[in-house]
Amino acid sequence: MLFNRYRRGLFIASFLAAPVILYAIYVISPNIQAFYMAMTDWRGVTATPNFIGLENFQRVLGDSVFWKAVTHNLGLLILLPAITIVIALFFAYLLNLGGSKGVSGIRGSTFYRVVFFFPQVLAVTIVAVLFQQVFRPDGSGMLNGPLMALGIEPVGFLSNSGIAFWSVLGVLVWQAVGFYVVLFSAGLAGIPRDVFEAAQIDGANRFTLFFRITLPLLWDTVQVAWVYLGILAMDAFAIVWVMTLQQGGPDWSTTVMAAEIYRNAFGYFRFGYASALGVVMFLFTVGFAILSLRLSRRERIEY
Amino acid sequence: MAHTPHISRRELLRGAALVPVAGALAACATPAAPPAASSSAAPVATSAANPFGVDAKKPLEVWIFDGGFGQQYATDIHQPLFKSKYAGIEVKHNSTKEITKVLQPRFAGGNPPEVIDNSGANKMDFGALAQDGQLADLSPLLDAPSWDDPNVKVRDTIDPSVIEIGTYDGKFSVVGYVNYIYGIWYSQKVFKDNGWEIPKTWDAFLALCETIKKSGKMAPFTYAGKHPQYAYEPLLTMAAKIGGKEVLVNIDNLEDGAWKQEAVKTAAENMAEIGAKYLLQGTAGLDHVQTQTAQNKYQVAMLPCGSWLENEQKSTTPEGFDYAMFPIPDITGSDALPYTTLHTAPGEEFMVSAKSAHPQAGMEYLRAMLSKKAAGEFSKLVKTVTVVKGASEGLTISSGVTSASSAVAAAGANTVYYRAFGWYGPLNDEAKAATGELMTGGLTPDAYLERMQKKADEIKNDSSIKKYKR
Repeated sequence: MLFNRYRRGLFIASFLAAPVILYAIYVISPNIQAFYMAMTDWRGVTATPNFIGLENFQRVLGDSVFWKAVTHNLGLLILLPAITIVIALFFAYLLNLGGSKGVSGIRGSTFYRVVFFFPQVLAVTIVAVLFQQVFRPDGSGMLNGPLMALGIEPVGFLSNSGIAFWSVLGVLVWQAVGFYVVLFSAGLAGIPRDVFEAAQIDGANRFTLFFRITLPLLWDTVQVAWVYLGILAMDAFAIVWVMTLQQGGPDWSTTVMAAEIYRNAFGYFRFGYASALGVVMFLFTVGFAILSLRLSRRERIEY
Repeated sequence: MAHTPHISRRELLRGAALVPVAGALAACATPAAPPAASSSAAPVATSAANPFGVDAKKPLEVWIFDGGFGQQYATDIHQPLFKSKYAGIEVKHNSTKEITKVLQPRFAGGNPPEVIDNSGANKMDFGALAQDGQLADLSPLLDAPSWDDPNVKVRDTIDPSVIEIGTYDGKFSVVGYVNYIYGIWYSQKVFKDNGWEIPKTWDAFLALCETIKKSGKMAPFTYAGKHPQYAYEPLLTMAAKIGGKEVLVNIDNLEDGAWKQEAVKTAAENMAEIGAKYLLQGTAGLDHVQTQTAQNKYQVAMLPCGSWLENEQKSTTPEGFDYAMFPIPDITGSDALPYTTLHTAPGEEFMVSAKSAHPQAGMEYLRAMLSKKAAGEFSKLVKTVTVVKGASEGLTISSGVTSASSAVAAAGANTVYYRAFGWYGPLNDEAKAATGELMTGGLTPDAYLERMQKKADEIKNDSSIKKYKR
């Protein structure tokens, strides 16, 4: 009996060993090495970097551009999940329960579900390049073309430092919403119909139906969405790097932590300092994950 | 890209299976000490024909940035010329659009290639390379006999600014091959058709802008708004014209208050005025190709740019457009430098890796490149002026190159340049950010200078950034 269990353990371990080793080599080890690199002045080309202790972290404190990036990430962290989840919930609700009887979707909901998912199919870089054209500031721009035809001054969606951040946020939301519509739809499908029917018989209107029944029963899914979107908000690198002017501009108005790490490493060849920024970003991300799981913890509803 | 070494997935997997786990762990992200240099053979004696002691059997590896000039010039002009003397040397030619991505690991691993055309948006930082002793000292190249004439030194065949700008820490280590000439570019046809004159003073320039604006035919001025270095270029050239070359030397050397010099202030005010009144609509969000195309479509009259413009636009320039350029006009009437003053700078920068296996051959390759034959054929192929004196003599060249060449001749010794942005990446990015804001009215000229001064001071006080002087 005992021997059997041992054999089974060995059997399982033999399957786990390969991925664990690969994970150790390609994920854990570079992470640990990044911590070490953060304490050197490595510029990327020499074979023997100098150890300088915590100097790089001291430098981070005075790096105004990086702190601007941090505020942008924090702004995204609050706005991106909130806006995306509200819109996605609204759409998912309409698609699944928006029909006249209140237990089925609105007309054509299967079609809309596919359409909502479209942005998710596109690679992030393609989305970024696409929106460069949408936001183009002259007559060839998709938004500014019609505006200029009407004789209105073109809007500098990406070139005005007061507007650019909101353009980035808009693109991120546009890209994310589809996925969460589908996610919430799946969540809604898991809620027994009779709950809604019973509530309706008791005279609940749509508003009550949504806030008293749907949202509480979907809470687990919303929580997952919040964490995923939070991670997206902490990153947001690809859209910012490809779409915005001067990769995080104009005038640093859209830059994010990941972009500053990349810029310091591959732009300025300050790999040691970039690693220090990476460690700071790592702490922010872990902090966010712990905090959000703590704050959103709730009693699980069984049905 | 066919020459890029390529590893198939199968080879990669096989390799991964062979590498012991411990070794893989140690060699992941952090740099590893280079393998001990293989015992080098006895050095080859130098001679007039072989001034660096090239080993006629050891291979030579060349990496070319595959950008605006392509890579054909290397395979069709430079390498055959080199091989004509060293038939026994195998030349490994490679090209890439992403120099850093392919070559940075080679440097960190201790086996860099010999010759690198370190150019393009993804080039390696020369400051970092210099700081780590990766740049071969090319002073022997300057004192070697030129490829064409054993009685003339290489030093005397090239533009002296190449030596000034290629020097890091007192060591000449980078060869800029192409002479970039900056100015304000226009269509001779447009100016002729409308009877517009080249402005020689700032007042005349503003009056011209006003005339063009009122004509309703096109916008007076634009620059590549997405890349505000196209706006700080005329700004700094203007500052140097007003206050003299020291203005830029002070900025490069991070002197206290360098950005607050009166000349820089006047220049910033002038550029801000153009930004506020005379720009093509949407300029701030357009890139260089979009603004250049707008000019080719006769939507805008003037554009600050460098002498690569004509070659870059050759497929979209309409017949009879006739590119030409003029220098920044006189500003105050008592400028320190004359009207003909130009910003010129050697670009398309080549280096030899100090830690490569055969730096002697690398230097010899550069010597071949700097021959009149190589440079002349290069100019013909990519329609641009090299730093080799007189190499484009007798060649039929286009209107833009002609105009740029005669501007250089007129400027004589009155050429200016700046280096701080190449030395200090963070300063460059701050200048782009701030100049963009200055041009769109987000920053007043005073606030602009304030910000630039703050960044310059920050860099000056950061002990981790190596400082350079000129």
